[in-house]
Amino acid sequence: MTDKAPVIQVKGLTKVYEIGTIEVHALRGVSFDIYEGEIVAIMGPSGSGKSTLMNMIGCLDSPSGGEYYLDGELVSDLKDDDLAVVRNRKIGFVFQKYNLLPRATAQFNVELPLRYGGENGSRKEKALKALEAVGLSDRVKHKPNELSGGQQQRVAIARAIVTEPAIILADEPTGNLDSKSGEEIMNLLVSMNRIYGTTLVIVTHDAKVAHQAQRVIHLLDGLIASEELVS
Amino acid sequence: MKILQAIKEALDSLNANKTRAFLTILGIVIGVGSVIALLSVGQGAGSAITGQIESIGTNLVYIMRGNQAEEVKNPDPLTLRDAEALGNRLRSPSIAYVSPIVQGNVEFTFSGESITSSIMGVTQDYALVQSISLESGEFITKSHVDGRSAVVVIGPDFADRLLGKHVDVVGKTIRINGYPYRIIGVTEAKGGTSFMNPDMNVYTPISTAQLRIVRHSVSDRVEYIIVQAKDSESVANAIKEANAIMRSSHRLQPRQPNDFTITNQQDFLSIAQSITGVLTVFLAGIGAISLLVGGIGIMNIMLVSVTERTQEIGLRKALGARRSDIMMQFLTESALLSLIGGVLGIIVGWLLSLLVGFIASRSGTPLEPQVGLDSILLATLFSAAVGIFFGWYPARRAAKLQPVDALRYE
Repeated sequence: MTDKAPVIQVKGLTKVYEIGTIEVHALRGVSFDIYEGEIVAIMGPSGSGKSTLMNMIGCLDSPSGGEYYLDGELVSDLKDDDLAVVRNRKIGFVFQKYNLLPRATAQFNVELPLRYGGENGSRKEKALKALEAVGLSDRVKHKPNELSGGQQQRVAIARAIVTEPAIILADEPTGNLDSKSGEEIMNLLVSMNRIYGTTLVIVTHDAKVAHQAQRVIHLLDGLIASEELVS
Repeated sequence: MKILQAIKEALDSLNANKTRAFLTILGIVIGVGSVIALLSVGQGAGSAITGQIESIGTNLVYIMRGNQAEEVKNPDPLTLRDAEALGNRLRSPSIAYVSPIVQGNVEFTFSGESITSSIMGVTQDYALVQSISLESGEFITKSHVDGRSAVVVIGPDFADRLLGKHVDVVGKTIRINGYPYRIIGVTEAKGGTSFMNPDMNVYTPISTAQLRIVRHSVSDRVEYIIVQAKDSESVANAIKEANAIMRSSHRLQPRQPNDFTITNQQDFLSIAQSITGVLTVFLAGIGAISLLVGGIGIMNIMLVSVTERTQEIGLRKALGARRSDIMMQFLTESALLSLIGGVLGIIVGWLLSLLVGFIASRSGTPLEPQVGLDSILLATLFSAAVGIFFGWYPARRAAKLQPVDALRYE
C-alpha cells in the first residue's frame, strides 16, 4: 500500500477548546496517513477525541496546531469559505442521524451538494445514478418521513457519493439502526469502497463495524493508543 | 436559474409553516396597507381642497388693505374709488371685472327666528366673478346698486336655517337689524365645507350695505376687492396693472411701500397644497410606523427560523454551502415574506381607501382617495427593503454559524 499517495496525511494535529477559563486538550498531537482506497475505522471511548478528530478530517473545524493534507492539499490553514469548497469537492459525509432535509425528496437531498458545487446540467442524472447505486431507484420522489431508517441512511450515502469525493467520512453510520439494517448499511459502504475505490473513514465505537475495516486506529485521551490491521 | 431555485426553496420552507408565515405577512400587509390608504386619503384631501379653491372662481386677484410683509403704519382703507380706478379699461386692459366687497356680521330675523351671520355688500359683477348661478329669482343688478334697494340674495343653506326651506322664498321679507329686506333670489347650492360655505352667504347691494348695514367712518370703504383677469395668461399682467393703479390711487411715493396686499388664487392654492402635503407626509409617517413594526415581526420570526434550522444550516455547510449561500437562502425568505405582504397590502390599502371615499361621500364631504402609481411603487420598494433590512441580521447570524456547532445543535 505504500506505493500509493496518502489521501489523508495528518501530522501532529492538536486541538484545544477553551471552556470558560479551562483549556481542554481534545487532541494532543495525532499523526497518521490514510491511503487511497483504504477502509479505516477510528475507535475510542467517549472523551477520547474521536469526534474532534472526525471534525478535523471532515474540515468542519480547524485544528489548533499541526498539519492536515487532504488529497495532497494543505487544508489546516484554510478559511471558512475555502473549507466549504473542500468539503463540497473532497468529502462525502454520512451522519449517525442521517441529516436529510425533512421537506425535500430523496432526489433533492442527493442533489444538494451538487447545487452548492455549482453543478447545473447533469444534477438530476447524477443524483438518480447515485440513488440507483444505493438501490433506491424506486424511492426518488419520497420524502425522509416516508422512508425507513435504513432507507434514509442509503439516501445519505447516495448524497455522499454523488460528488465523487476523495473520502467518505461516516460518523457512527449504524448508530441509529437495528442490527440488520446496520449490517446492510455497512455492506453498502464497503461495496461503495470496492466499486468506486473511495477511501472510507468510519468513526465508531462498535467493534463489529470496526471489524469491517482494514485498519483500526484506537484513540485514548487525545492520542493514538494503538493501530491494528484487521486481517 | 439560481434565483428561481432559491425562491422555490424559500416558498417550500414558508409553506411548511403556513400559520407563522401568514401572521408574519399580516404585519407587513397592515403596514403597507395603511401607508397606501393614508397616502391616498391625504392626496384625495389635497385635491378636494384644491378643487374647492378653484371652484371659488378662476383667474381671481384679491386686493386687501395693509401689508403683512412690510411694516406700514395707518394704511389707507380700500374704497369704492379704488374699485372705480381699477375698472378703468384704459389703464387696466388685462382686468375683466372688478368686484368690491363690504362685509359685516348682522342679525337676521324672520317670523321670530333669528340668526347672526355675515352679510356681503356686492355689485352686480360679483356673480360673474364668483360664477354664482341662481336657483330662483335674480341676482343683484346695477339698478339695485344705484337705487340702494333693500333687497337680499341668499344661499340655500342660509334659507334652510332662517326660513326652514329654500323654495318659494323669493318675495318674502326678512329683517336685518330690524329693517325689512326683500329676498330677490336664492343661489344654487355649490357645496362646501363648514369652514368655507358659499351656500351660507347673504348678498345685498354694496351701496345699501355701506349706507345702512356696515357703517364705517370712511363712507365708501370696502373690505376687499376682487379683480378678475381676462384669462389665465393675463393674471400676471392684471396683478401689475392693479398694483400700479392702487399705488397711484393711494398716492404712494415711489419709495413708499404698498399699503395694500395683492394675492391671487395661485397663492392660496400653493398654501393649501403645502398644508395638504405636510398632512400627507404625516399620515404616511403613521403608516410607516406600522410597517416598521411589521418589519420587526419579520426579523423576529426569521431569528426563530434560524434557531430552529440550526442543524439544517450545519448540514448545508457540511455539504459545501458557503456563507453567501446561507445568507442568500434566508434573505430570499424574508424578502419574499415582505414582498407577498407588500402586494397584499397594496390591495388592502386600495380597498381601505375606497371605503374611506365611500364613507366621506356618504357624510357629505367630497373626498376621492387617489391610489397613485407612485404610492404603489413606493410601498413595494419599501416593503422589499424592509424584508431585506430586517432579514439581514438573522441571515447573517445563520451564515456565521460554525458547521460543527450547528451539526451538534439539538
